[in-house]
Amino acid sequence: MAFFPASWTRFFHQTASPPYFYALASKLSPWLGGICLALLAAGLYGGLYLAPPDYQQGDSYRIIYVHVPAAWMSLFVYVLMAVMGGIALIWRMKLAEVMLISSAPIGAGFTFIALVTGSLWGKPMWGAWWVWDARLTSELILLFLYLGVISLYGAIEDKRNAARAVSILALVGVVNIPIIHYSVEWWNTLHQGPTVTKLDKPSIHISMLTPLLLMALAFKFYYALAVLQNAKLELLRRESGAQWVKNLLGAKT
Amino acid sequence: MNNPDFWAMGGYAFYVWTSYGITFAVLLWNLISPVLQRKNLLRRLTVKQKRETS
Repeated sequence: MAFFPASWTRFFHQTASPPYFYALASKLSPWLGGICLALLAAGLYGGLYLAPPDYQQGDSYRIIYVHVPAAWMSLFVYVLMAVMGGIALIWRMKLAEVMLISSAPIGAGFTFIALVTGSLWGKPMWGAWWVWDARLTSELILLFLYLGVISLYGAIEDKRNAARAVSILALVGVVNIPIIHYSVEWWNTLHQGPTVTKLDKPSIHISMLTPLLLMALAFKFYYALAVLQNAKLELLRRESGAQWVKNLLGAKT
Repeated sequence: MNNPDFWAMGGYAFYVWTSYGITFAVLLWNLISPVLQRKNLLRRLTVKQKRETS
């Protein structure tokens, strides 16, 4: 009982209540959107205009500013989904189920972007749109995991049961995440090794690194904004008969 | 940005601009689609509520 202070427990219960969360999401959205746009503008200006061309790859390397943030987010969103799945299974928390399923299409979008921009970068640099190497194949499996989560949720009529099934799938699929991350070290791949996450000495110049980090941050804010829009929709769908939705409709007319 | 060299991207214009185009098309779609669907749902629920109360 005394595990958490009472004020914490109250905070979580309040935030997780659908009407409170719906109102909070509406209030946060313009701020998230504004910060995201500012970061995007700075990142794009730095990446496409200020940063010099690469000494080996010329201007083609500028694809990195959408490719790498999207690939990072594809992993990040999946891990978040698995955490939400764990919370949903253990505590039967409705909001965790909603956040899990709301994250899936956005994560699938990031994965798709990572694959397509990687292909568009691979063609001029490697001479091939696609190669079956470990990094590319494991990222493709990630896309299928996301699509699996979306279609499994859609296929089960009762949404509480659907959320339970999807939580298990999200947790099982999380083994793919370290495989993607370490694939460039475990296997001899065509995909280049990490340039940024060697934090002691990143092999990328600061004028190229800064826009990359700005874009990564912009994508984080984008995810927060987009997941809240999906969550508002999913909450309305699930709770369309609840009193707070009736009040909401009444307030609009 | 009026500089034609900027748009040429050192000969990689197709690869670079297609990447950016697809990226922002997907991101925008994933953001706008739930907003439109919610507006639609709210409209239907409002009509339903009016019919039930009258």
